[in-house]
This record gives sequence, structure tokens and C-alpha cells, in this order.
Amino acid sequence: MATDPVPAVELRGLVKQFGGHEVLVSIDLAVMPGETVCIVGPSGSGKSTLLRCINWLERPDRGSVFLHGVRVGYRRSDGGNVLMSDPELAMLRTRVGMVFQHFNLWPHMTALGNVIESPIHVLGRPRGEAVAEGERLLEKVGLADKRDVYPAFLSGGQMQRVAIARALAMRPEVLLFDEATSALDPELVGEVLAVMKDLAREGRTMIVVTHEMKFAREAASRVVFLDNGRIVEIAPAEVFFEKPASERARQFLERYR
Amino acid sequence: MTLRLDVIWKEWLQFALGLGNTVWLCAVSMLLSLLLGVLFVVPLMSRRRAVRAVARTAVDSGRCIPFLLLTYLVYYALPSLGLSLDKWTAALITLVIYNTAYMAEILRSAWVHLPPGQTEAGRAFGYTGIRLFRRIILPQVLIAVGPVVGNQLIQLIKDSAFLSIITLPELTYAANSVQSFYFVPFESFLVATLLYWGLCGGVEYLVQRGERLAAMVRRGHGH
Repeated sequence: MATDPVPAVELRGLVKQFGGHEVLVSIDLAVMPGETVCIVGPSGSGKSTLLRCINWLERPDRGSVFLHGVRVGYRRSDGGNVLMSDPELAMLRTRVGMVFQHFNLWPHMTALGNVIESPIHVLGRPRGEAVAEGERLLEKVGLADKRDVYPAFLSGGQMQRVAIARALAMRPEVLLFDEATSALDPELVGEVLAVMKDLAREGRTMIVVTHEMKFAREAASRVVFLDNGRIVEIAPAEVFFEKPASERARQFLERYR
Repeated sequence: MTLRLDVIWKEWLQFALGLGNTVWLCAVSMLLSLLLGVLFVVPLMSRRRAVRAVARTAVDSGRCIPFLLLTYLVYYALPSLGLSLDKWTAALITLVIYNTAYMAEILRSAWVHLPPGQTEAGRAFGYTGIRLFRRIILPQVLIAVGPVVGNQLIQLIKDSAFLSIITLPELTYAANSVQSFYFVPFESFLVATLLYWGLCGGVEYLVQRGERLAAMVRRGHGH
């Protein structure tokens, strides 16, 4: 792993409340470039919220998020911190790729259209370049032949692979996966996990919320165990799965054996 | 009783012109209304309550006035304010005002019912403001409203018959003038009815095509 001293993503004292209930209670986490960190934990433990706070799809109530040392959501101005404008925040978000549980492809665009949309219209890349890269990415996820197909005519697994290609097309510094296989029929899970494993092997920086323990064990450099909005445990994957330190993690893992 | 279809046949040009006027008036005002509806739906969905309230009041004012009364207002009342319009302009303006109010409301409803995931993905990929609306939200809304817009167009075609009251030579006016000249109310109104049915049938066919497209997009939402 490259020894970049600055974390790709750093969370400090992150707090998020929904209607008075603290969904995230003071989260501290640093993810180094090239790492694949899996976030696991029971339903409702705050995993997705944590992920969505990183690119400020959810605005944290307290604490701070840094992308390669740049604070998300606030900029320095005359010695104080000022809330970012929508366009500023939007530009910062382009540095983070996101893959959603329900794919969220844009249904009015073809597979390639989905992949080249933001590079062209947000990043302002030349169309020819975006198309060439888009085709290469569709090939990478095994969907070169679906280039001109609309999402309605793709299976869930195919949609999710297009969604991964769409995220990669932004050349993001970090990839966030929000339960990327939870909405898929069991027989389609494998094809998506295979793509994700390849990405992890390439040394992409990834933060993966998942219920796939086998994937976490094989692909994660570290595992974060979240329970009731707190990080209970952070450990290298093999340590977490062989000798979890906390009783809560042991109970949790018990259900997957 | 014998049907005097020979009279209708002799006056086919009047019916054809009437039908033509009904078609182009409705088509043009539909397009303009859709365009204006798109402009109106943005303030209707604004995050600012005051902006929303103003847009809502404007839209409801347009929707909650009988079409006939609106026609009277535009054609007969505006001249008292010093604004005299010829009947064609008045007709077009009336159709557009009335229909824009409906379009804005139809678009708003479709927007509200879009699944949130696609818009959220747009945000996550750096879209915001007008660009988010234009590239991500609006295309989905326009596809979703296709069938409803078609039904509204049928409504509009029927409402446009009221324009005969300001002597605008649309289809109903043509039928009425033929029947009163030759005393053939049954034949004349029957032919007009058939022509309206045919016209609406054509729109209905397009509605069904639109429904297929909308269904495709719904499947593509991934749920």
C-alpha cells in the first residue's frame, strides 16, 4: 500500500440525529488510500447513515468529514468556517463515487448514457473521451454488449454493474458501496461481488457497507463493526472474523455461521 | 327521417377548416402550456415557502375558473382594461392559461411521485439546482406524465368547443353554422361528434404508446 500519510477519508466526532435519536454517536474513522474497509453490523446500527454522511447526502449534526485532508461541507473564510454553497458541495461530491442498494440508475438513459452522463455534464469532459472511457468501463464490468440497453431491460445484477461503472467513470478518490447486493436475487449477488473484489484487488479506496461476511473476509483490509451508532470494533479482517474482541461482535457473527 | 348527408358533403370544407383549427389551436396551446408548466413547476417545488405559496395561488387561480368564464374574461372583459385582443389571440391565450395551470399541477404530482433514489444519485454525482432538474428530474417527469398529458389534451379538445362562443371557427362553431344554415342539426352535430371521437381516438392511441414508455422507465427505477 502506498504510504500516503493523509487519509483518503477521515471522520472526526461524527454525530447524526434523526428526530432526537442519535443514529451515529461520535464516529472516528480514518481510511487510508488503497484500503478496502467493510462496515458491518446489525440492521439499524447506522451503517448507511455513516456512509451517506461522507459525501454529505446526510448532513452530519456535529463532527467533521475530510477527503484527503479537505473538509467536506465547510470552507475556511476569514478565520471562520462557512457552510459550503450547493455548487461547492456538489463539486466535492464528484470526488466520491457511490453505489446504491437500489442501483438508482437513471432510467431515461442507456447503460452507456448513465456512465458518461456526469463526466460530460458535471466534470465537463469531452464527449469522445467520456464515451471511450465509458465503453472501457462497461467492458470491465462485463457489459460491453449492453452499451445501448436501457436499465428496464437489465437484470438487477447488470444494473448494479452499470452503476459501478458509472461511479468509476468519475475517477473518484473513494468508492462508497451502500449494501450494493442487498436488493439482488441470491443468484445475482456473485457477479456484483466479483466486480467489487476486482476493484479491491486493484487497490481502489473503498468503503463498503455489507451483509456479505464472506466478501468482507476475503476483500476487506479492515472491518468496522458498528452497533447502535457506535464503532464497537475496528480490526483487520482476519482478526475480526477469527477473534472478535467484543461480545457484541461475537454474537453478531454467530448468526452468519 | 332521411339523413341529409349531401348537405354535409357539400360543406365538407367548413368541417375540415373547423377541425383543422381545433387541432392546431389545441396542439399549439398544449405545447406552450407544457413549456410554461415546466417553468411553473420549479417554484411549485421550491424549498422556500413564500415562493411555493405564490406559485400555488397562481396555479389554483387558473385551475379553478370555468373555461367558459375565462374565455369571457379574456375576450370581453380585458377590453374594458384597454386590452383588446382579436379572437384568435384571445382563444390561444385562454387555452394556454387554463391548460398551463393543469400542466404545472400534473408535472408537480409526477415529480413528487418519482422515486427519490435517482435524484439522490444525481446529487451524489455532483448535480445540483437547474442542472439536476434539467438532466435528471425533468426527463423522468416528462416520460411519467405522458399518459396524463394525453388525457388532459382530450379534455382540452373538448373544452375548446366553448371557443365557438367568441365566434372562433373551430369544429363546434363550424357544425353549428352548417346546421343553422341548412336546418340539419342532427347530421351536422353527428358529424362533429364523430370527428371529435376520431381526434380523441388518435390522442388515445398516443396515450397508450406513452404508457408503454412510462412503464419502461418505471421498471428501470429498479424496484
